[in-house]
Amino acid sequence: MSENKNDITRRHLLRDGLWGGCLAGLGGLAGFLVGKLKKTNTVWQIDPYTCIACGNCATYCVLEESAVKCVHAFAVCGYCKICFGFFGPEPVEINEGAENQLCPTGAITRTFVEEPYYEYTIDESLCNGCGKCVKGCNTFGNGALFLQVRHDRCLNCNECSIAAACPSGAFKRVPADEPYMLKEAGHS
Amino acid sequence: MMRFDNIIIGMALSLILCGVTIGAERFPPPDFVETDHVIPSPTVPGPRQDIYEYIDAVVLLAALGLSSYLVLRRRSRRAIFVLMVFSLLYFGFWRKGCVCSVGAVQNIVLSIFDRDYTVPITVAVFFLLPLVFALFFGRVFCAAVCPLGAIQDLVLLRPISVPNWLESGLRLFAYVYLAAAVLFAATGSAFVICRYDPFVAFFRLSGNLNILIIGACLLVISVFIGRPYCRFICPYGVLLRQLSRLSKWRVTITPDECIQCRLCEDSCPFGAIKKPTTDWPTTEYSRSKKRLAILILLLPVLMFLCGWASSGLKTVTSRMHATVRLAERIYLEDTGKVEGTTDASLAFRATGKEQKELYADASNIRAEFKLGGWFFGGFVGLVIGLKLIAVSVWRKRTDYEAGRAGCLACGRCFQYCPKEHERLKKIKEARAKY
Repeated sequence: MSENKNDITRRHLLRDGLWGGCLAGLGGLAGFLVGKLKKTNTVWQIDPYTCIACGNCATYCVLEESAVKCVHAFAVCGYCKICFGFFGPEPVEINEGAENQLCPTGAITRTFVEEPYYEYTIDESLCNGCGKCVKGCNTFGNGALFLQVRHDRCLNCNECSIAAACPSGAFKRVPADEPYMLKEAGHS
Repeated sequence: MMRFDNIIIGMALSLILCGVTIGAERFPPPDFVETDHVIPSPTVPGPRQDIYEYIDAVVLLAALGLSSYLVLRRRSRRAIFVLMVFSLLYFGFWRKGCVCSVGAVQNIVLSIFDRDYTVPITVAVFFLLPLVFALFFGRVFCAAVCPLGAIQDLVLLRPISVPNWLESGLRLFAYVYLAAAVLFAATGSAFVICRYDPFVAFFRLSGNLNILIIGACLLVISVFIGRPYCRFICPYGVLLRQLSRLSKWRVTITPDECIQCRLCEDSCPFGAIKKPTTDWPTTEYSRSKKRLAILILLLPVLMFLCGWASSGLKTVTSRMHATVRLAERIYLEDTGKVEGTTDASLAFRATGKEQKELYADASNIRAEFKLGGWFFGGFVGLVIGLKLIAVSVWRKRTDYEAGRAGCLACGRCFQYCPKEHERLKKIKEARAKY
């Protein structure tokens, strides 16, 4: 600021030139980015057809309680009486007793609809996103249970900690106006 | 009670007989006949609306503008402090540290190298605005807008000074960190700045334990050494430093003329105040001349050596990329060098992709790391060389002034200047007249 205007040296010229160059560079970068800009923001989501339900989602999320939860696509569900997402591998009895359940937090409720169909609903506040039920349902059932990033919880970190630890590369950035990758009936 | 094993066997059999693929609809969804049960659909709670992202960008612009005004015109440490606390609360604890300018560097780099990668407008704004402001007003972003700086500044209670040589040496880490972040972002391997962000876990009050411990250590250090992350680690700070060297306006300790009272000498906890120098010692001259010549000749050699070394480390550095790790694992498994499988190798085998394809991908990535290593090392060598050259050049300075690059514009020094008190007094008198 104390520079005297009458006293222009080579150093000032150099500095002003560099300054202009930097400003032009930033402008150029801005122009380049304008070409690449996306109108909508992007958010993290799990591709349910790539996910292997390894269980990392439950532990790697930066949140104490993972932002990933199990989602049930009811339209895909077979409403099985013996659900492999609900019952553990060796249940004592086929009933809702805690010792028979696969879910470590008891987040799935089983309700009778009509013979022989049962409906399974997930209590999201209990689900920890471990994916045990997903694995069971995918291996023996229709695969109606799958993991999804729940956007009311997700912080949308620049680098998702779970994505970095995902062994199957199932984590993707998707446009924020279509933030879920739900399974639909008829997809094989 | 049914035996469960039988069911499993039965099901497995039926699977094999029907030849259905895993995860397909093995059991047709029912038609409810007895009851009129309606099949529910899953809930889909939406993400944060885009409008809030734009609000973040507007808040950033406003905070930067206000910060520039407070630093350059108002010259009030208290006001800067208040804005800093606001930024910490808003960008830190409210927005949970994401989106941030420091991490945005990686998005921009990846968007340059990956044609398919697009950048949300907020991220572009967060990257560019502080740089533009630095070009005009100096590091006003560091002063009162960056939540990472703010959290360290708040705990700075017992500042001790760091000797110049140590400060300059430690700062080298920031350059290396920037270069590494660019290398890993450009190859699409990882966003290391985000992964090792030490304070974001505090903003969220949860996160990776190791990072939380590193953050806590840094905060303890910050009590004594002013803003260690900003000075020695921050990769975005490197960009701001260089642009702030050229800034049109910047912090001046004194509002008009330095009277060399030396009162401000120790006021800066960041060692950014440059003291006046004596004249060039003539006895030193010929020796310095020789040293400078050697260093300038050494510069390309240094760049080449560093580039060669880091390019040669491509097998190690490329392991940051998941594909390379996977390919190595699959290779070891296939050649029988390791026992067992990992989640990743199982997932790969389940996709039914050819090993050849994976190996080709991995070797492409490794080649990128080889080339990237040359740039990385060349840059690091250049920085080391220029640092050495900078210490052997004599700079003439007559007044106490805030270093163009190092000054974080925190405004602590203003109060130390007697000329500043004179100015404030005049303002007070002028106000009293009205």
